[in-house]
Amino acid sequence: MTSALEIEGLHKSFGATEVLKGVTLSVAEHEAVCLIGASGSGKSTLLRCINLLEPIDAGRIVVAGRDLTAPGVDVNDVRKEIGIVFQAFNLFPHMTVLANVTLGPRKALGVPRAQAEAEAVELLARFGLAARRDEYPDRLSGGQQQRVAIIRALAMKPRLLLLDEVTSALDPELVGEVLELVRELAEGGMTMVVATHEMGFARELATRVYFLDAGRILEHGPPEQIFSSPKEPRTQQFLARIVAAGRL
Amino acid sequence: MKIFCIAEPIILALALVVAVVRGIPGPVFAPLRVLAIAYADLFRGVPTILVILMLGLGMPALGVSWIPTSLTFWGVVSLVLVYTAYVSEVYRAGLESVHPSQEAAARSLGLTRLQGLRYVIVPQAVRRVVPPLLNDFIGLQKDTALVSVIGAVEALQQASIDAAATFNFTSYLAAAVLFVAITVPLTRLTDWLLARERTRRQAAAVAV
Repeated sequence: MTSALEIEGLHKSFGATEVLKGVTLSVAEHEAVCLIGASGSGKSTLLRCINLLEPIDAGRIVVAGRDLTAPGVDVNDVRKEIGIVFQAFNLFPHMTVLANVTLGPRKALGVPRAQAEAEAVELLARFGLAARRDEYPDRLSGGQQQRVAIIRALAMKPRLLLLDEVTSALDPELVGEVLELVRELAEGGMTMVVATHEMGFARELATRVYFLDAGRILEHGPPEQIFSSPKEPRTQQFLARIVAAGRL
Repeated sequence: MKIFCIAEPIILALALVVAVVRGIPGPVFAPLRVLAIAYADLFRGVPTILVILMLGLGMPALGVSWIPTSLTFWGVVSLVLVYTAYVSEVYRAGLESVHPSQEAAARSLGLTRLQGLRYVIVPQAVRRVVPPLLNDFIGLQKDTALVSVIGAVEALQQASIDAAATFNFTSYLAAAVLFVAITVPLTRLTDWLLARERTRRQAAAVAV
């Protein structure tokens, strides 16, 4: 298997607070890796670093053999290949669904409008949102908004997709439709790094699970191993709390 | 009305440039930022009438052949200088009101900073500041009347002083300096308070 993403010794601080304390992680092509861990453990920051939305302090990030942390790397070029979907959707409220989805391809990739729109309509149709193409985001449910946000990232044809707790801002009854879409993408072979609090989903979706605790990877392995027989006491504690909360 | 119609579009465009320049991050752009801040502080600090008097009477009095002597011309220039400073602050408020996650979303699609501004940030910012922009439109329309003052003052001055050549603008300048001395510290205080508020909000957001 070729490596889609390699991270080595990644450090990131916000002021005096060190959020990532030497993270090392690897993702193979077509893998769906899940990041689990408590809020504040650094999952979101890690994803934002991969997409270069946050400058890193030390370490290396290599995507498909290309060192993103080398000097002179064009961040815009990097981001065209790495999609990210945010917890709060971050759709552009002044644009229709279609305009949201076509903005990246048209302006960053230079795809002609007609082609970008045809591709966007196809994607929207594939995920059951064709009828919403001319709506503004405010008129959609949270689940629909997040699906549009995922489609917006997919429209860039990324080689790597980062999902940052994409269901955390949703009402419980809307979580399912978003997870269903993510599941379809994983089955389609999309390489993904998924930060999530949905343990049941992580267990079912992930090829491998990384447990992040206070800015460090404490444990990683296949989901059966992490969820059924975690080695680290911190992982056991974390999972016990999740089970107690009825989330696994 | 003619002055208003010429000045307003120039103000709207220039003010956006000043506001955007003020928001460019990075040490490389520090001189540009300082320039934009100094400009906005200065021209918000000086009463419009003083700018009109200084430019409208002062510029033609310099007697340099290529400098226009038209009162309308200097009236427009004065109003553009003053109102661009005000309107740039309105735009700035609008730009800062757009949540940083919008820029993150734009940049994550591979858009450049400028594309992010053009397609995502500025359209949202401008929509939000339409009411205060209208406010400044009204102010501008009223202040165009000030330009006509030049003619009257000129007559007055000519009556009391022998020749136009001996015009002394030191008093205007001194008054302007006094105004600036009061308004600039106030502006800095406001900025400091806003920055402190912002830092607190960010800290709260990180702590969640």
